[in-house]
Amino acid sequence: MSRTLFDKIWDAHVVRSIEGLDVVYIDRHLIHEVTSPQAFDELAARNLPLFRPSQILATADHNVPTLHQDQPIREPLSRLQVEKLTENCQKHGIELYGLGHERQGIVHVIGPELGLTQPGLTMVCGDSHTSTHGAFGAVAFGIGTSQVAQVMASQCLLLSRPKRMRISVEGELRPGVTAKDLILYIIAQLGTGGATGHFVEYAGSAVRALSMEGRMTICNMSIEMGARGGLIAPDATTFAYVEGRPFAPKGEAWNDAVAYWQSLYSDDDATFETEYTYQAADITPMITYGTNPGMGIALTGHVPSEVPAAEAESFDKSLKYMGFERGESLLGKQIDYVFIGSCTNSRIEDLRAVAAYVAGKQKAEHVAAFIVPGSKQVEQQAIAEGIDKIFTAAGFELREPGCSACLAMNEDKIPAGKYCVATSNRNFEGRQGPGSRTLLASPLVAAITAVQGRIVDITQYLN
Amino acid sequence: MEKFQTLHTTGRPLPLENIDTDQIIPARFLKATTREGFGENLFCDWRYNADGSPKPDFVLNDPRYAGSVLVAGKNFGCGSSREHAAWALYDAGFRTVISSYFADIFRGNALNTGLLPLQVSDEVLARLLAAIEANPTLELVVDLPSQTLAVPAWGETFSFAIDGYKKECLINGYDDIDFLVNQKSAIEAFEKQRAWTW
Repeated sequence: MSRTLFDKIWDAHVVRSIEGLDVVYIDRHLIHEVTSPQAFDELAARNLPLFRPSQILATADHNVPTLHQDQPIREPLSRLQVEKLTENCQKHGIELYGLGHERQGIVHVIGPELGLTQPGLTMVCGDSHTSTHGAFGAVAFGIGTSQVAQVMASQCLLLSRPKRMRISVEGELRPGVTAKDLILYIIAQLGTGGATGHFVEYAGSAVRALSMEGRMTICNMSIEMGARGGLIAPDATTFAYVEGRPFAPKGEAWNDAVAYWQSLYSDDDATFETEYTYQAADITPMITYGTNPGMGIALTGHVPSEVPAAEAESFDKSLKYMGFERGESLLGKQIDYVFIGSCTNSRIEDLRAVAAYVAGKQKAEHVAAFIVPGSKQVEQQAIAEGIDKIFTAAGFELREPGCSACLAMNEDKIPAGKYCVATSNRNFEGRQGPGSRTLLASPLVAAITAVQGRIVDITQYLN
Repeated sequence: MEKFQTLHTTGRPLPLENIDTDQIIPARFLKATTREGFGENLFCDWRYNADGSPKPDFVLNDPRYAGSVLVAGKNFGCGSSREHAAWALYDAGFRTVISSYFADIFRGNALNTGLLPLQVSDEVLARLLAAIEANPTLELVVDLPSQTLAVPAWGETFSFAIDGYKKECLINGYDDIDFLVNQKSAIEAFEKQRAWTW
């Protein structure tokens, strides 16, 4: 029987099925300081041991400062949460890549970087952007804290099988159009709830042509249209990325793994509950104008002037928060902050794209521009390649790794009323700090905005 | 988890679409290491001014409304996986959220917290919101065993869907951990035969 890629992986992980629910085995469990403490407490309260601690990897990322990481965390609650993670990991024998570790970083950046993320695996984390790992052809999804405790106790989850959706993008992306524009375009088409209940497979020649880093950006934002996760069939690009990484299979095991991974694709006649096809040539550089990631337009476009009556109250509330009007163009709007970072766009390729544009240029004087690498490895690589000097010369600040101003759990916040072009994944009200106004865009758009100091048609400014 | 059977109460209307979990509980309140106490920061930035004073026009500050059912616009709970959002609603006294569409992770988190996500059609939701805004004392009866929402004043009852297993869990106050831990031998057998070991 023909099956989708998703079904092949899911079926291989079903321990047993009961009344329409599947007990699904989880290969890798990633944890961080924010959504794990109550799960550890839950197990302690029930006097349950961790079932497979060797299949858990921990990092500290949401709360960590991005300056002076060699010093103790100043903010007491953040420090306590990170200390609690350290204690719990020591107590239960969990490998921790915490502050000070040469491999520390954002959980969804270090998983792939370490080679922990591999095709065909099931992976979960108490963080919605776990969908990132789907770029490798893994079934990866975010879970709540009760489920974190369930995986700790049993290495399994009790789940109903989601519906399947395929989104194909065909053709070649235009110059200046990146993976981030591609996913912002799709989310603008489908809306924030457009893929709810589904697992999405991304396909088509434009997706196949993307690097692993671009694919991670796409899968990362699957949750922003409500999908449980996104995935892309593994191919030579995937295998080349995984090979040689610390947790990748080696020798004979590598050959066995690749042979298995090559069977992971949707059969030609596999059926999906929902299918969409887009043309790459229709996609131009994107930006969001509102307070959810579905509120995106072409940089040169206009804020919609008409919306269905049922959405009007939310729509106008959103525009009021952002200080924009129905029907207006964003071109020429002055920007106060540029944030390049987050699990969406903080990998070395993102930093290189920014450096390639800003080399020899200066950021606008009124813009505060900071770059937060996704991991210690990304930071080290940027320094080794001399990118740090390009940033400094252009007036950008390169900080230390963490989630940073994506969700403002550490000291990196955008002040109330200020506009920030961010490469992160959410423009919700107050996401980057109470009253902050976020415009989501690609690293290239962010870099050009920082230099120009305002929203511009970037196609006029490409190097 | 507390048992959930039948609820006779009134609703509190929040007629906005796409309410994300960052609004339900902003990230800066996620630094706690216990599950309790999130209720006072529920909808913090919509509920309080910067100086901490309550915003009088926000529904949680409106003394006319006091029920344990939140009636919210479509696509409730999108965004982050933080279960703290469900904990905050529960801690603030809510036992049911009615909407015409729930984000998947929120729905799962709510059920694991003892908070019932009750999905109705767009039409029923629009009628409920209008009726509750006009009459804050409109009685609602949520009956989990029969999977119905009744509005006695209308003489109408609406059915809602819920997974049979999750329904039993809510009614009995059980959760998935006990069930999964009892699957241990099947899980160990599965581990021995799984093809990939790298």
